[in-house]
Amino acid sequence: SFIRFSGKYPEHTHKNDPKAEELLSTAKFDARFQMCNQDKACWQNYVDYFRCIKKKGEDYEPCNWFKKQYQALCPGFWTERWDEQREAGAFPAKI
Amino acid sequence: MSYWCQMYFQNGVTFTSMRVQWAFGMYCVVLMLIFVFVMLSVLLCCSGSHQFIYMLTDHNLERIWGTVPLLILVFLSWPSMGLLYVLSELETPLVTVKCIGHQWYWEYEYTDFAVVSYNSYMVPEDELKLGEPRLLTVDKSMVLPFSVWCRILTTSFDVVHSWTVPAFGVKSDAVPGRLSESSVKVEMPGVFWGQCSEICGALHSFMPIRVEVVSAELFSKWLWILQSSVWEG
Repeated sequence: SFIRFSGKYPEHTHKNDPKAEELLSTAKFDARFQMCNQDKACWQNYVDYFRCIKKKGEDYEPCNWFKKQYQALCPGFWTERWDEQREAGAFPAKI
Repeated sequence: MSYWCQMYFQNGVTFTSMRVQWAFGMYCVVLMLIFVFVMLSVLLCCSGSHQFIYMLTDHNLERIWGTVPLLILVFLSWPSMGLLYVLSELETPLVTVKCIGHQWYWEYEYTDFAVVSYNSYMVPEDELKLGEPRLLTVDKSMVLPFSVWCRILTTSFDVVHSWTVPAFGVKSDAVPGRLSESSVKVEMPGVFWGQCSEICGALHSFMPIRVEVVSAELFSKWLWILQSSVWEG
């Protein structure tokens, strides 16, 4: 690594606890959105999920990747507002 | 937590804060050495009987006092450049928490498996139990696992707040309409405190943050219990 701390912090501290990897998982790193502000990541994954199930059907398993991403990233009050907008036909993106 | 007459940082417990505090300590040592050197030089010049009126040019001396500071600065920037990238790193997170600022409390959402959401209010002074810190005690704290990369997303429901825990080295503005990401990998279990850090109204000083860091097994059990019931506190 770029910084050497004279062996005080060994390399494995960089990694997750292996036992935790069996128990926990969350939204993965999305290379499309590398900045600190993740609002576009939340928005895009939300839109991509509904576009995916519209095109492929609700049972299409790969669409759940977008669902997991947006559920992990998006605050509840944002998705509730967008759900209401979709039901009212006022959602500001083409699905 | 902060203690009376504290002069330095709180102990860093995360991957990033430990390294940042190490670099800060190293910079303090270098600065002290330079300060002592300069003061000694000034004292020597003032107190000795040397006179420098006959020295007009000394190119070697000028080369030395031009390049040595440059080398010192390069030496100081080395860890800083590395830390710049380490701070924005988020190696495979396993937990995502959303900290939503409201006037005047924090709402924590864990939606990795099921929607788990609760509010964290400050306990008023007249309801404190013996030993509980004033202006810091909350009814429900945020929980995180240790040795695990956590993604903390802060946003706000109304005005700008700021979510901070000094022991984690995190201060993340909660701006409405924006979702600010910060990464945290706490290396040890414990309880860590913070307070809202952006003026947000009358009760800005009364919306503290308490984070309880536990093992990954306990954290997943706690999440499982929460998602299947309402947390009474």
